Amino acid sequence: MLGEGIVKGLAETARNFFGSYVSKDRLTTVQFPEERLPQAEAARNFPFLVYDGDDWQDGLRCVACQICEKECPPKCIFIEKSKDKKPDYLGKAQFFPAVFNIDVSVCMSCQICVEVCPFDAIEMDTAFELSTDNRFDGLLWRKAQLAKSNDYFHIIHPVGATEVDERLTEAKVKAEARARAAAEAKSSASPILQTSAGSHTS
Amino acid sequence: MTETLDQIFVTLNHWLVAHLPVQTQPIFAAILSVVSIIVVFASLFAMTTILERKGLGRFQNRYGPNRVGPYGLLQPLADGLKSLTKEDIVPRSADKVVHLLAPLVLVVAAFLGYAVLPIGRNMVAVNLDAGVLYFFAAGSIVELSIFMAGWSSRNKYSLLGAMRAIAQMISYEIPLILSAIAVIMTVGSLSAVAIVEAQAAYTGIWPHWFVFTPWGFAGFVLFMIAGTAESNRSPFDLPEGESEIIAGYYIEYSGFKFALFFLGEYIGMFAISGMAITLFLGGWSAPFPFLSWIPSYLWFFAKLFALIAMFIWVRSTLPRLRMDQLMSFAWKFMLPMALLNLVNVAVWRFLPSGLSRWLVCAVLVIVPYILLGRGLVQSKKLEKRVYRFAD
Amino acid sequence: MLLDVRPLTNTMPSNVTIERLDQLKDVPGEVTLPFFILSVLTILGAAAALTLRNLVHCVLALMLAFVGLAGLYLHLDAQFIGFAQILVYIGAVAILIVFAILLTRGGESPSQSIVSPSWAISSVVSVIVFGVLAWTIRSSATTRHSIPPQPEVTVKQIGDALMSRFALPLEVIGLLLTAALVGAVTIAMQDKQEMK
Repeated sequence: MLGEGIVKGLAETARNFFGSYVSKDRLTTVQFPEERLPQAEAARNFPFLVYDGDDWQDGLRCVACQICEKECPPKCIFIEKSKDKKPDYLGKAQFFPAVFNIDVSVCMSCQICVEVCPFDAIEMDTAFELSTDNRFDGLLWRKAQLAKSNDYFHIIHPVGATEVDERLTEAKVKAEARARAAAEAKSSASPILQTSAGSHTS
Repeated sequence: MTETLDQIFVTLNHWLVAHLPVQTQPIFAAILSVVSIIVVFASLFAMTTILERKGLGRFQNRYGPNRVGPYGLLQPLADGLKSLTKEDIVPRSADKVVHLLAPLVLVVAAFLGYAVLPIGRNMVAVNLDAGVLYFFAAGSIVELSIFMAGWSSRNKYSLLGAMRAIAQMISYEIPLILSAIAVIMTVGSLSAVAIVEAQAAYTGIWPHWFVFTPWGFAGFVLFMIAGTAESNRSPFDLPEGESEIIAGYYIEYSGFKFALFFLGEYIGMFAISGMAITLFLGGWSAPFPFLSWIPSYLWFFAKLFALIAMFIWVRSTLPRLRMDQLMSFAWKFMLPMALLNLVNVAVWRFLPSGLSRWLVCAVLVIVPYILLGRGLVQSKKLEKRVYRFAD
Repeated sequence: MLLDVRPLTNTMPSNVTIERLDQLKDVPGEVTLPFFILSVLTILGAAAALTLRNLVHCVLALMLAFVGLAGLYLHLDAQFIGFAQILVYIGAVAILIVFAILLTRGGESPSQSIVSPSWAISSVVSVIVFGVLAWTIRSSATTRHSIPPQPEVTVKQIGDALMSRFALPLEVIGLLLTAALVGAVTIAMQDKQEMK
């Protein structure tokens, strides 16, 4: 009959109205600054540099290999290699970036820098409340601003961070095993060099 | 006690005016009633904007605005400040005088309609003998202002929106006036005060409101639908369709002029609700005689509030009507129903009062409704849509 | 009069008497301030409608003249016809004229001036014609009668007259309007058929 659909529709919206006061789970609104929805594991916004431990300059994983700078499609990364070296997590002496800038107004969040980094030094951050009042200096992020700890990495990407940590500890274990094997080989290979090798590896 | 409370505004008016010299008293009395109408209905507008947004939110399973004050109640203040401080952009090739005049004419014409609404016992601004005719005359000036708005913007989409709005408003004025004529035929007078007083009686505890008669109910429904279309409100808001031609005839308006259009639309909505209350819902009279200790103006505003809630409810439920659907609804359905309603009133008037009168008039409403509805739906051949997919 | 405060049944204070209210009603034909304002409005609106360049502005000025005319009707206490003037002329005829302009011309401003080159001679001629007409009307029989007392015409009386004495003209007008409506619909439908 004419008008039946309208009456049914009106009943439906009336049910919505009164139901929204009675049962709270009808209202799916998230009151934003006070409540937030958790972000997905794969959420990403802009890159950041990971550091292990407490000191952000000593523990910085980046060795300034400049692969991410070359691979970045809009060329938003700028790296200057340092002159001296510092030891990395495996103990080897590596260069480190004296200057590491990312121009966030150019960055398109493609994650290519993360995918090509051989040292898991650059990862994607999820922070999105980034507004600033200066569109030139405010959007050029320098090393101090980009360096965030591994614990923060665990918080925002728990699965990814544990995977990276496992890989790094495995590499470390393998490197130590290889070093021990090399030391064994050296000590069993030449008896003439044994005393000096022994004194070295004691 | 209830008598003084009921007449408190009237006595206040007389007391205030008595302080002035005798020569100027009528003018000041008129100015006082005009100022009080403007203040009351403009604050009702502010209250309605927030009620509507929160109401629409709740109908759609979400909160409305809840940031500005407690429960968002100071939102109209924020909206008012925003529209006052926005830049007033006038297109370079626009017709400046007409562009400025259009919202002014709209607001003035919308406010003119309140002069004949009886808001309480003895509380009408002007007791005209042709009150209802005056109301519809004031409403017809609104169409001219819409044309002025659409044409002065020198924008073909704005003009298109204005033309559609005018066509819609003219088409729906006819069922509006015809359903009001049914009431005028019964009462025998065009004066709004006389119409309310004819409904202020009771038989037992049932009021004599016209909405409780078959022809009155049909007339009320027709009047409300036509009134929704007259004030360009959803589901008839194609001319200002936000998602279609952006804002229709007020695309090129910004800042305070836009707020004036908004104000004009809502004031028109309140005026039509007020006229519906006067014609069909008994004006300021209480529904039951034992409730008549509540002052009359409170009853008027309670009924106005109920009608506004109805408008908001319908807005949140129904999708927008397309232009041709709108026009065919007006001419093919509402006009015949309104004309049949007139015949119905005549039958009601000449039959002796009793159950037979009720049955005959109810049948005279229901049967044409069903037949017309079925006939119109069949002529469109509406079927379930069948899709053919490419193999 | 719109500023007339009718006595509100039984709650009027004693210092406002009915006689004073009757004094507010004025004698038709007398030039009082409201009459002066309304007639100036009407004349200005009509003059603007003649001289403005843009057609739509002319229509709006004409509407102003009609508002003045409606005000004059209301000044004479003819409520029905005053409001009917607003409802019909401003609500419908204005829209009709505007649609006609937009559908035919497009409302461009005229390229040549409205005032014709021989405006001096034509203004002299019109003043002479106005003078002759005014002298004829003033000295004719109709203005020599005293002005009769103003009748109280209510809407009910108009309705009664329409249904009894003027029933045939009413039906004829209805027929005429129906014919116009049917004709308009037929023409529009034929256009639609041709376009198909």
